Amino acid sequence: MASLKIWLIRLRPIIAALLGLSLGIGITALAGESPAHVVAVLVKSALGSPYDLGMTLFYTTPLVFTGLSVAMAFQCGLFNIGAEGQLAMGALWAAVLGIVMPGLPGFVAPVFAVLACILGGAAWGAIPGWLRAKRGSHEVINTIMMNFVSAGVCSYVTLYVFRNTEGQNPETLPIAAAYQLSQFSSFGGAPVSWALILAVLVWAGCIVFLRKTRLGFQLMSVGENESAAEASGISSPKMRILAMAIAGGLAGLVGVGEVLGNAHKFKMGFSADFGFIGIAVALLARGRPEGVLPSAFLFGALHKGTADLDFETTHVTRELALILQALVILSVSADGLWDWMNRIGVKKRTGKAAS
Amino acid sequence: MFAIQVQGLTKAFGDCVANDQVTFSVKKGSIHGIVGENGAGKSTAMKLLYGLYKPDSGSIVMDGKPRQWRTPADAISAGIGMVHQHFMLSETETVLDNLILGVEKTAALGKINRKQIEKDLMALSQKYRMPLNLSARISEIPVGLQQRVEILKMLYRGAEFMILDEPTAVLTPQEIEELFRNLLELKKEGKTILIITHKLREVMAITDRVTVFRAGKVEGDLETKDTSVQDLADRMVGRRVHLTIGGDHPEDSKLGHTPRSGGGSLRPALEIKGLGLLRPGESKPRLDSIHLTVSPKEIVGIAGVEGNGQSELIQAIFHPNNPRHRSSGQISILGQDIQAFDTQAIKELGVGWIPEDRHKEGLLLQKSLRENFLLGQTRREQFCKNGWIRWNSVDASLKQGMEDFDVRPRNIHALAGGLSGGNQQKLIIARELDRRPNFLVVAQPTRGVDVGAIEFIHRRLVGLREEGAGILLISSELDEILALSDRILVMYSGKIVAEFARGEVDAMKLGVKMGGGHG
Amino acid sequence: MNLDSLLDFSSAVLRGMTPILFAALGGYLSERSGVINIALEGMMLIGSFFGVLAALSFHGSGAPWMGFLAAGVAGGIFAALYGLFVIRYRANQIVAGTAMNLLAAGLTPFFCKIVFDSTGNTPSLPLEDRFQYFPMFLSFGLAFGLHWMSRQTPMGLWISFAGENPAALATAGIRVNRLRTWAVIASGVLAGWGGASLSICLSSSFSRNMTAGRGFMALAALIFGKWRPLPAMGACLFFAISDTVQMRLQGVPVFGGQPIPVEFIQMIPYVATMLILAGWVGQSRAPKSLGLPFHQG
Repeated sequence: MASLKIWLIRLRPIIAALLGLSLGIGITALAGESPAHVVAVLVKSALGSPYDLGMTLFYTTPLVFTGLSVAMAFQCGLFNIGAEGQLAMGALWAAVLGIVMPGLPGFVAPVFAVLACILGGAAWGAIPGWLRAKRGSHEVINTIMMNFVSAGVCSYVTLYVFRNTEGQNPETLPIAAAYQLSQFSSFGGAPVSWALILAVLVWAGCIVFLRKTRLGFQLMSVGENESAAEASGISSPKMRILAMAIAGGLAGLVGVGEVLGNAHKFKMGFSADFGFIGIAVALLARGRPEGVLPSAFLFGALHKGTADLDFETTHVTRELALILQALVILSVSADGLWDWMNRIGVKKRTGKAAS
Repeated sequence: MFAIQVQGLTKAFGDCVANDQVTFSVKKGSIHGIVGENGAGKSTAMKLLYGLYKPDSGSIVMDGKPRQWRTPADAISAGIGMVHQHFMLSETETVLDNLILGVEKTAALGKINRKQIEKDLMALSQKYRMPLNLSARISEIPVGLQQRVEILKMLYRGAEFMILDEPTAVLTPQEIEELFRNLLELKKEGKTILIITHKLREVMAITDRVTVFRAGKVEGDLETKDTSVQDLADRMVGRRVHLTIGGDHPEDSKLGHTPRSGGGSLRPALEIKGLGLLRPGESKPRLDSIHLTVSPKEIVGIAGVEGNGQSELIQAIFHPNNPRHRSSGQISILGQDIQAFDTQAIKELGVGWIPEDRHKEGLLLQKSLRENFLLGQTRREQFCKNGWIRWNSVDASLKQGMEDFDVRPRNIHALAGGLSGGNQQKLIIARELDRRPNFLVVAQPTRGVDVGAIEFIHRRLVGLREEGAGILLISSELDEILALSDRILVMYSGKIVAEFARGEVDAMKLGVKMGGGHG
Repeated sequence: MNLDSLLDFSSAVLRGMTPILFAALGGYLSERSGVINIALEGMMLIGSFFGVLAALSFHGSGAPWMGFLAAGVAGGIFAALYGLFVIRYRANQIVAGTAMNLLAAGLTPFFCKIVFDSTGNTPSLPLEDRFQYFPMFLSFGLAFGLHWMSRQTPMGLWISFAGENPAALATAGIRVNRLRTWAVIASGVLAGWGGASLSICLSSSFSRNMTAGRGFMALAALIFGKWRPLPAMGACLFFAISDTVQMRLQGVPVFGGQPIPVEFIQMIPYVATMLILAGWVGQSRAPKSLGLPFHQG
C-alpha cells in the first residue's frame, strides 16, 4: 500500500500531464473534430517519417536548453521566466560574432560561436540574479522586463547595425560559412545539426554538475534550504547569481541550433515561445535536469505534431499546441489537485490504527 | 464567578499530544497567568480558547454554558479577544485602520465613517488611559504602542475576556511597566485578563492566580499570593525527564569527567568582549555587553528561557560581518579576531555548529543523508578535490559516522526528512564532529530527541571535550546544563546575569535567575 | 508643433493608455489582495476576442456595449479559472500565470477558427459598432473610483490587509481566500475590458496575439505606480507617452536622413520598472504576502 502511494506520488507529473493532454485533445471535439483523428494526426506528423522525426528533434533541441535553463534556476530556488530573452541574446551574440569575424578558421569558429551563445545568455541572466542577490528585487518581474528589453536590443542590432537589406524580413546578414554547422543527412532535409548532440551532452553535463561537483552541490543546497546552506558556510547571493548566469547560458545555447545550424543568421522572432515552453518542460521534469530530455522530446513532438493540424483537419490549428502546453502546466503545477490522494492515504492509515 | 472554565481540553497533532486533559478556571475580573516552558502547550490552549484550533475533546464553559467555536469570529462575538505574540497588524496602514478592521462603521455609499469612528476611539482610549496617535502608520510607532493598538482593538470589539500571548517578550522595562498599569486599569473596569508568559517575576507582580503548564498538562493551579518564583520555577522545570546521566548532581565518573585541567595557557576557544546588538527600529538591545570566554577542554553552558538573546548570540558568532547580527563588540575564535570573517571562514578555523532548529539550519530535508553529511564539508580535501565531490569517501565517512553515532536506518540514501528527530540530530552531530572541531557551538542538542539518544549525545559532547575542544552549550533544559557544563552562565533579557562554577548551583537557583529574579 | 497636432498627440496618448490602464487596475486588485497576476496578458487577449465576437453578433443593436459586457464576463471567467488553480489548488502563481497566458494565446485563435474560419483575424467591425471614447472615460473613472475605494471603504481595507497580513484579516473574521478569489475575478473583468478597448475601440477587429505584451506593460505600470491606482495611472500615462512618441518617430528620418532607433524608447517602461524595483529610482515595495497562499485554519 505504502509503496503504491509513493509510486503514485512519483508518477503524479505524468498522470497530470496525461490528464492535461486528454483534456486539451478533448476540447477539439468542440470544434467538431474527432479527438481520435487529432491524436492520429499528431502522432503521424511528429514521428511519421524521417523528416517528421527530424523536425521533432529540431524543436526538441531548443526545448532541452530552455528546459534545463528553468530547471537549473529552479534547483537554486529561482524562477527563470526570462529564458525567452536570454536565448535571443545568445543567438544574437553568436550571429554578431559570425558577421564581424568572418576570418576565423573553420575548426575554432563554431567553438567561439557556441561560447558567444553561452556568454550572451549568461550575461543577460546574471543581471536579474544580481538584482535579486544584492537589491532584493524579485527575479520573476526582472526577467519578464528583461524579455522586452532583450527584444528591443535584438531589434535594434538587427535593423540598424547588421541589417540584411536583401530580404524583406527583419534579419541580420548571414554568418560566415566557417561558423555554419552541417546538418545530418538522415532526416530527409530536416535541419537537425550537431546542436542536438550538444544538447544531450549539456543535459548530461548539468546532471553531473549537480551530482558530482562542489558548486553544483552548493547551488542545490541554497535552493533546498537557504538558511541551512548559509549556516554551512555557503554564500547564497553568490549562488543565486551563478545559478541565473548558468540558466542564462543554457538558454543562450538555443542560438547554436538556430543561428549556426539552421538559419545561419539572426531572425527576429525566431523563437516560438521556446523560453516559456521551457517552463512546462522543466515542470514536467519535476524541476530537475534528469527528466528534461524526455520532457523536451514530448513538447517538441507536440510542437511538430500540431503543425500539420492546419491542413489535416478542418477546424483545429497548430495553436492547439499552446492549449495543450498550458493545460499540462496547469495540471502538473496544481498541488491541491492531489489532496484527495493524501486524504485517501491518511484514511487508510488511521483506519488501520483503529482496527 | 468564573469568566471561563476550561474542562479537559485535549488536542493532538499526529502523535504529539500538545494539550492533555487541560483544566483550569479563570475568575471574572481577575488577571490570570499561564506559565510554562516553550512547548509546554500554553499557546495551543490559547488557540483552542480563541477558536483557531478545534479541540479533540473537552469543553470551554463561559457563563455556565459549554461553548464551541467554529472560527475565531465566534469567539470574538462571545467577547474573547487575543493579542498574538506576532502582532496581527499591517505596517503600511494607519493605527485607525488597523483598529477597525472587520468592524468598520460605514456611512452613505459604504464609505467608512472615519470621523465618527475617530471620536469613538478617542473616547475609548481616554477611558482606559491608553493614548494613541490614530493617524500614524504602524511602521512609524514603537513596539510598545503597537501592542497598545492590539489591546484597543480588542476593546473596540467589546472584548470582556482578553488573552495576551507573551506580551512582555518584546518590550523594554519601561514599556512593561506601562503595560502593567494599563492591565490593572482594565481589571478595574471589570475585564478578565489571561496572560501567557515565562517570566516568573512578572507573573508574581501582576497576576491574581497562576496555572502552570508542563509537557502539555496542567501542573498546578494556584493563588499567586500562595506561591513564589521559586515554587513556580520548581513546578515549571522541576522533576521531569529523568536523564540516565543524573539530574541535579550528575555522577562525574559516569561521564568520565575529569576536573578541568588548567587549559588557561592555551588560547581560548571563544572570547567575546562587549558584544551588543541593537537593531534599527527596536528600542531594546537584543544583546547587551556580553563578555564570555570558553577555554579549550571546557564546556560552558548558557542557561536561560528561550528568547532572551541566545539565538542572537549564536548568529553573532557565525555571522560577525553582518550588521544585522552584531552592532558592537569583539569576537575571537581560537585566537583569531573573526570580525571580517564569513561563515565559511569561521567554520574552516575548526568550528562545529549544531544549530538549535535542525530543520531550519541543520538539514536539507528533501535530500538524502549523504548530501546532508556533505553539507558544510565541501572544503575538506577528503571529500572534495578540485571542485569534484568524492562521493565514495563521503559515503565511507558517513557509514562510519552512522555506525559510531547509531543513526538509523542505516541507509545513506534515505531522505533526511524521513528520520526521527533523534536520528536527525545524531546525523548532524556525526557530521559536525567528523572533522574533530576545536570549538563547537551546540544549541538545544537534545530537543525532540528520545531519552536513549539524549544520554548518547551527552556522552559524545563530553568525549569531545576530553579530546580538548571547547564547547559552548546553549540549552533551555536545566538538567542538561547542570549535567554537562563546567561553568554555567545565565542569560536574561539579552544580558548575562549570573555565572556559576560547576556544582555551585542547582536547578531551583538557576530557575529563579532565568525568570529574572534575584535569588 | 501647433495646437492641432498637440491635440492629436494628446488624444492618441489618452486613448493609447486605456487598455493598459484597465489591466493595471485589474492587476491592482489582484496583487494588492496577495495574488501575483502575470496572467493579465492572457486575460486581455480573451477580452479582446470575446469583445469583438459579441459586438459582431449584436450588429446595430448596442454592439459595442454588448461587446464590452462579453469581454468583462469572459475575462472574469478566465480569471476565475486562474483563481481556482492558484487559490484553491495552490498552484504556483507564476507558473499558473504563465500557463494562463499560453492558454489564452491558444484558445483565442482556436475559437476564432471555429467561428470565423480564420486563425488570424476576425472580420472588421463597422464604425458604428465601435466605441470612440467611452472605454477611455470609464478607465479614468475607475482609476479614481478604485483610489476612493482603497481609502474610504471596508473593501479597500480588506484587500490591503489580504496582501499585507492575511492572518490579521482572518483573525478579524473575514475569509481571506474568498476575498482573494473575488479580487482575481474582478481583475479579469478589468483586464478583459482592457482587451476589448483594444479591439473594439482602438482598432476594429481581433487579430492574433493583438495584446502584444500590453498585459506585462500593465504589470510594469502597476509596479512603477507602487501598487496604487492613481500612481499606476500616472505610470500608464508615462508609458503611453513614450509609446506614442516612439510610434510617431518610427522611420522618420532626422539628423542626416538616418531614422531614429525607436527601440530604446520602447524599452523605457521596462527599464524604468527594473530601476524602481531595485530601489535606485524611488522605491516600490510589493505587498508583504504577495504570492503566498493562505491556509485557512
